[in-house]
Amino acid sequence: MKLVTAIIQPHRLDAVKSALEAAGIRGMTVSEASGYGRQKGHTEVYRGAEYTIDLVPKIRLEVLIDDVDTERVTGVISQAAHTGKIGDGKVWVVPVDSVTRVRTGEEGAAAL
Amino acid sequence: MVDTGLTAWMLISASLVLLMTPGLAFFYGGMVRGKSVLNMLMMSFGAMAVIGIVYVLFGWSMSYADQSIGGIFGNPFEQWALKGVFTHGADGFEFTVSDGLPVIVDVGFQATFAMITTALISGAIADRVKYGSWLVFSGLWVTLSYFPLAHMVWGGGLLSDDGPFASIASPVDFAGGTAVHINAGIAALVLVLVIGKRKGFGSEAMRPHNLPFVMLGAALLWFGWFGFNAGSAYAADGMAGLAWVNTTTATAAAIIGWLITEKIRDGHATSLGAASGVVAGLVAITPAAGSLSPFGAIILGLVAGALSALAVGLKYRFGYDDSLDVVGVHLVSGLWGTVAIGFLALDGGLFYGGGVSLLAVQVIIAVVAMAYSAIVTLVLALIIKSTIGWRVTEQVEVAGIDLAVHGESAYETLSARSYSEVKP
Repeated sequence: MKLVTAIIQPHRLDAVKSALEAAGIRGMTVSEASGYGRQKGHTEVYRGAEYTIDLVPKIRLEVLIDDVDTERVTGVISQAAHTGKIGDGKVWVVPVDSVTRVRTGEEGAAAL
Repeated sequence: MVDTGLTAWMLISASLVLLMTPGLAFFYGGMVRGKSVLNMLMMSFGAMAVIGIVYVLFGWSMSYADQSIGGIFGNPFEQWALKGVFTHGADGFEFTVSDGLPVIVDVGFQATFAMITTALISGAIADRVKYGSWLVFSGLWVTLSYFPLAHMVWGGGLLSDDGPFASIASPVDFAGGTAVHINAGIAALVLVLVIGKRKGFGSEAMRPHNLPFVMLGAALLWFGWFGFNAGSAYAADGMAGLAWVNTTTATAAAIIGWLITEKIRDGHATSLGAASGVVAGLVAITPAAGSLSPFGAIILGLVAGALSALAVGLKYRFGYDDSLDVVGVHLVSGLWGTVAIGFLALDGGLFYGGGVSLLAVQVIIAVVAMAYSAIVTLVLALIIKSTIGWRVTEQVEVAGIDLAVHGESAYETLSARSYSEVKP
């Protein structure tokens, strides 16, 4: 089992969500995050004072999947999140030791 | 004989001006960081609370008593607790009436001016002062600076038609350029110099946490200002209408003046700039609303917006932390509006062939008001500094004054808090 984590532009969330649903992924966790990569921040001006805003708003999306789906899911996410502009985000995958469904107590792939 | 039309209008005006202080609270509250918005709102509400009491006890008497102490203030005991404003005998209440208006209505109208003037100062010292010290300061400052200036300007004192400068020309302050805006603006400057900067001023980002609040507050101020300016005509007539139109025209022009200035300087026309332009225009037209043509009001407003937009940058150059630009907006536009009367007044203005005598007297009343308020505020600020103290601790300032001082926070930052235990 794998945990796929994607950091994406907030305005791409709907597209990514629909694409994952179309690809048969039935659940995900989404949280608001802030950070920066190569994009760095941006500047805002308040009454003539310029502020450098380092951390920009992002969406952090997490999906637990079966090993065989890894390439398909990362492909779907990066395609749907893509705008071609700097700041599009990243997708990474880490192995998962165990998964338990709280309601039924099912474990492993059955809990996905 | 009570003029019921006038009385109805003045009751409405008083209510409009009262609304300005909560409006100001939101104008300021949106500009501070989210961790101190409640304290900012509470500073305005606290000023309303303190002044709502002291005004009826001795504020009215100090401003408008017949017996003037040296032209500086009225005898506080002459009309203590509104003695003489009404009487109560076997036939019930009897109300003193002056020029068709029951004086008790004027008391209400004037009390709201004292509240907003004091609350204006709070923006300069945001995020860092003890709440008790602010309340004590509010009561003392309104007593020793605002009531005397109201007396000097409108109560027949030093800066009025009965004062020594009236021999040059009759001084003009329609609704409070000197007593309200110059007074509050210079007091703000003195206070920030005594109290000092917020921790991290100039190095940390302290951007406004809620600009829609700022715009909502500016809108409420604009609406309330119709009571402030048009109500100051003390009549429901054409002069009130002129003040209303001039108020709107100058404000509209000041928005444009501010936005053009910042578009050229910073590259953007911002919402904070528009809201600030609203206030700069309202401040500048306050003393002049009854003496300009609407065309003059356009010029007054354009200049006010541009001047204040340039002035708000000065605090970074000189290193004083006037947090929400009370000096840049109220002092600068208040001075401009008061002095501009000398140029733009239809009666006596330099541009209308009136010569320089009105201009000279307007400069004099502005300088006298500034000097008086600065000295009184400095003494008060130093007394509070060396007794109960001004500043909260550095830890409180960093963690946020709302939670430490008021035991509340404005926003739920962690959803886990929704499920925390409640102790009844």
